[in-house]
Amino acid sequence: MSTSATTITTAAQARAVPEQDAVRLELAGSWRITTDTPEWAAFDTASLAALVSLTPALRPDVSQLRHWDTSLILFLREAGNWCAQNEIAFDESALPANIRRLLAGMRAARVRPIDTQRRPNILASAGLATASAWQQGKQFTQFVGECVISALYLLRRPRRFRWRDCLHEMQRCGAMALPIVGLISFLVGVILAYIGAVVLRQYGGDIFIADLVGLIMVREMGAMMTGIVIAGRTGGAFAAQIANMKAGEEIDALVTLGIRPVDFLVIPRLVALAIMMPLLSLYSNALGNIGGMTVGALLLKIPVSAYWIEMQSILDLSDITTGLIKAATYGVIVGLAGCLRGLQAQRDSAGVGNAATSAVVSAMLYIIVACAVYAVVFNILGW
Amino acid sequence: MNTNATTPPAAIAVEGLRCAYDGRVVLDNISFSVPRGQIFFIVGGSGCGKSTLLKHMIGLHQPAGGRVGYFGEDFTGAPAARRREIMKTFGVLYQSAALWSSLTLRENVALPLEEYTALTRPERELVVAHKLAQVGLSGFEDYYPAEISGGMKKRAGLARALALDPQIIFLDEPSAGLDPVTSRNLDGLLLSVRENLGATLVIVSHELESIHGIADRIIMLDRDARGAIADGHPRQLVHNSPDPRVRDFLQRADCASPAAEKPPA
Repeated sequence: MSTSATTITTAAQARAVPEQDAVRLELAGSWRITTDTPEWAAFDTASLAALVSLTPALRPDVSQLRHWDTSLILFLREAGNWCAQNEIAFDESALPANIRRLLAGMRAARVRPIDTQRRPNILASAGLATASAWQQGKQFTQFVGECVISALYLLRRPRRFRWRDCLHEMQRCGAMALPIVGLISFLVGVILAYIGAVVLRQYGGDIFIADLVGLIMVREMGAMMTGIVIAGRTGGAFAAQIANMKAGEEIDALVTLGIRPVDFLVIPRLVALAIMMPLLSLYSNALGNIGGMTVGALLLKIPVSAYWIEMQSILDLSDITTGLIKAATYGVIVGLAGCLRGLQAQRDSAGVGNAATSAVVSAMLYIIVACAVYAVVFNILGW
Repeated sequence: MNTNATTPPAAIAVEGLRCAYDGRVVLDNISFSVPRGQIFFIVGGSGCGKSTLLKHMIGLHQPAGGRVGYFGEDFTGAPAARRREIMKTFGVLYQSAALWSSLTLRENVALPLEEYTALTRPERELVVAHKLAQVGLSGFEDYYPAEISGGMKKRAGLARALALDPQIIFLDEPSAGLDPVTSRNLDGLLLSVRENLGATLVIVSHELESIHGIADRIIMLDRDARGAIADGHPRQLVHNSPDPRVRDFLQRADCASPAAEKPPA
């Protein structure tokens, strides 16, 4: 009737010992929930039933226990349930009070089924998503409106503008972004020149590489690559900073002082980006063309001077201006997306991460949309 | 509730305030008025809506019903510009101190002065130095909030809340995370602020020693009741409140306090 006789004495053991007035359920060894302990389901209940039929009572005995925890309570609970089912007395009187208390607590515990009502159905989800999209649109419109009001207010009172923050942000999003913007632009110039060379070489038009790289960089790619780098680098940082300030009640502290967060946080950042983006974009144009020039000189053997003259023949001021207009727009887009997502963030650490991600994604999306809009508009205007 | 609407107007008048998040009512039908110069505690267990009530009072959240008024003027229904004007008369110490992390302590305290006073730079510097000395932070002027301890942040936050000599000061758990000595000093500081400026203090706290030490009046909120279950002086409520939850809460304080008159029954 016992478990294996060869078990180590410290291992958890349970065995039934018939006695005069009751069957003694001897529990011994170390009962730890993290190790193997006897399970009631594996207990030889058939022979136990035979024993108990003589003296219909089961009395757990824990005097041999070295250590015990919840695993013992679970075992005793099962034993008690089995007794109740078979109408056998379960004599707990010999158990210490703490085990009896825990046993009673375990018996009283009820596992509630997972509340399916809390999971919205597909219709509700669709409705919530629509409502949330509507809310987002409303918040964005409202935010742009607030920015315009703040900008007008600060134009009338330039002393209130936080120049120091603005200069600080200009340094961070402008000067400190030069290496990464430079590298990416140079490589984009190189890539464009390589692709162009494949086609143009067939017709002996190698020199037109200069036109191709020059035009694409200055009109489109300079601004767009800068925009994308800045969206990842600065837009995400703005969102994280502001979301963190929101979580730390810093935004609330501004509001209760009667200071509009948009005046204090958003406008300096927007101005910094709107000023620095065109400058970065000019720098990007230059590096992209140097990339093209490098490929031209090394691969296609076009003299640098010839490349330069050819490039000048195709580019005029309108190309550069359109690029700069786009760059300034992208800067404002990145700033708006970053600050809005930061201000909308939930007040916890997950909120900060979500704000940064969603700022980068929405900034890139709006940059591409704006680029498409400008392509159409400039085409109509003939610029 | 002992609302008294006679002259002079109460510093704070809350009438039938209902606070809700996403349609879930947290507090309902809260009414009280706080006369000028009173030290008024909002107490209660965790999650009963103490901070929520505070945020509704200072205008960070719009109430779902009822109104809040200051010095006889309606705050809840006032136009946005006027609300901002009223907000400027508040000093608020947030639970997390909420110092602006990109500014040093000196700049944190100076910012409200820069925004709303015509003080010259030397005068401003002097005021900032005085406020920081009041809270025992002389010598830390040029530290950033990230470089100082939690208790120091709290005190710096208080210095900033006091910067504009507010008529009403709201403090959200001012002594949470402070050691007992600093906490007592803070109580002393709050008393002196009331003496010197005649300010009204609204304090959210469950620090029982402070409640027995400096409170003129407490209002106790309860999560299940979704409202106030007691309003009065802690000395009276501790033995005479009809509600056992209130007596229990305050008597625990009594036994923790060295100034306890007698051990709990």
